[in-house]
Amino acid sequence: MSENVMMALEMMGQGMLGIFVVLGVIALLVVLLQKLDGKKKK
Amino acid sequence: MGFEFLWEGLLSITPQQVVMYVVGALLIWLAIEKGFEPALLMPMGFGAILVNLPLSGVINQVSAGVGETHGIIQWLFEVGIEASEAMPILLFIGIGAMIDFGPLLANPKLFLCGAAAQAGIFLTILIAAGLGFDIKDAASIGIIGAADGPTSILVSQTLKSNYVGAIAVAAYSYMALVPIIQPFAIKLVTTKKDRAMRMPYQPKGVTRRMRIMFPIIVTAIAGLVAPSSVALVGFLMFGNLIRECGVLTTLSNTAQNDLANLITLLLGITISFSMKADQFVQPQTLMIMGLGLVAFVLDSVVGVLFVKVLNLVTPKNKINPMVGAAGISAFPMSARVIEKLGQEADSQNHLLMHAIAANVSGQIASVVAGGVVLQYFANLG
Repeated sequence: MSENVMMALEMMGQGMLGIFVVLGVIALLVVLLQKLDGKKKK
Repeated sequence: MGFEFLWEGLLSITPQQVVMYVVGALLIWLAIEKGFEPALLMPMGFGAILVNLPLSGVINQVSAGVGETHGIIQWLFEVGIEASEAMPILLFIGIGAMIDFGPLLANPKLFLCGAAAQAGIFLTILIAAGLGFDIKDAASIGIIGAADGPTSILVSQTLKSNYVGAIAVAAYSYMALVPIIQPFAIKLVTTKKDRAMRMPYQPKGVTRRMRIMFPIIVTAIAGLVAPSSVALVGFLMFGNLIRECGVLTTLSNTAQNDLANLITLLLGITISFSMKADQFVQPQTLMIMGLGLVAFVLDSVVGVLFVKVLNLVTPKNKINPMVGAAGISAFPMSARVIEKLGQEADSQNHLLMHAIAANVSGQIASVVAGGVVLQYFANLG
């Protein structure tokens, strides 16, 4: 396999992992903040 | 006395420049007659004609007796895009100020749809690399799948791609064609039963504190994981903070309207500098147009398949698989497509708010995708 294709595969692995980590952590923090806000209201 | 000067320009037109006049006229026609992204395609089409006139005064020229003269479109390109990517980045302030993240904050699970739908970018990079494009050009072509014009321009320009013009044309053309491309792609991987799946909408109140903290959290996390995304994500979220803080209403309105319109007005005609005949009229341009279409189709297909898998893993509160396809950043066209397809399958099926949530998640994910691609090359050194 050419070097370019290997780099593209590596970019895909790192890229998708990076995107899921960023969006996943943001989603978790949003859930956490919602719970905190819910407790305060009660 | 010679009159050659009258037809000197006409005689120096090259066949490639004639092709660009046709491309320019086609873009203007698509913008005006078909309503395809007119704010961008019309200036780009007119600019394509302007920069390809022989000895055009809108680009720098060196002539005997006069020396070097500076052209306005070249200057705008060098200052506004090449030197700092200021134009696409500033446009993000306006985009951020336009977006209401409320539906997404009410259903955080849909963040994952935005992430999954970016897979088309990386699959297209892989295909482009396999077709023999240089890795930086392949990455720039793949970013068309971000379905986000400013991100495509910024990444391709930062990576010094040889195909900035073709990439910008493809990105904006396919964004305009989302209502045609996405139904085709979605129907490839869904049944009528899938499309008819209802999702109850329970609007949850999102507190002001949450709305204010959200852009700060997004910027901090994206910045820590992919520092190269800070300019993109940061300006998008800066615009959103102006909107949500509640004390900058005038600035928010200015960002949403005046700033966004002004930058859009200049961005189209400025990017036409990269549509000079010698750069644009080549076989690779056709390949880029084809790969851009592939990227949009793959985004949609992977988005749908991801939700199908997610529904198997978390059978409680299932998501309509089509909502996964709204994870691309083409906002709000993609969300409208999902609503329409849902109602075609079941006239009482309302998916709009869920699709909008996935769609705004795609807006964040696409700028993060641009950032992680730039980060990859930054890490290579």
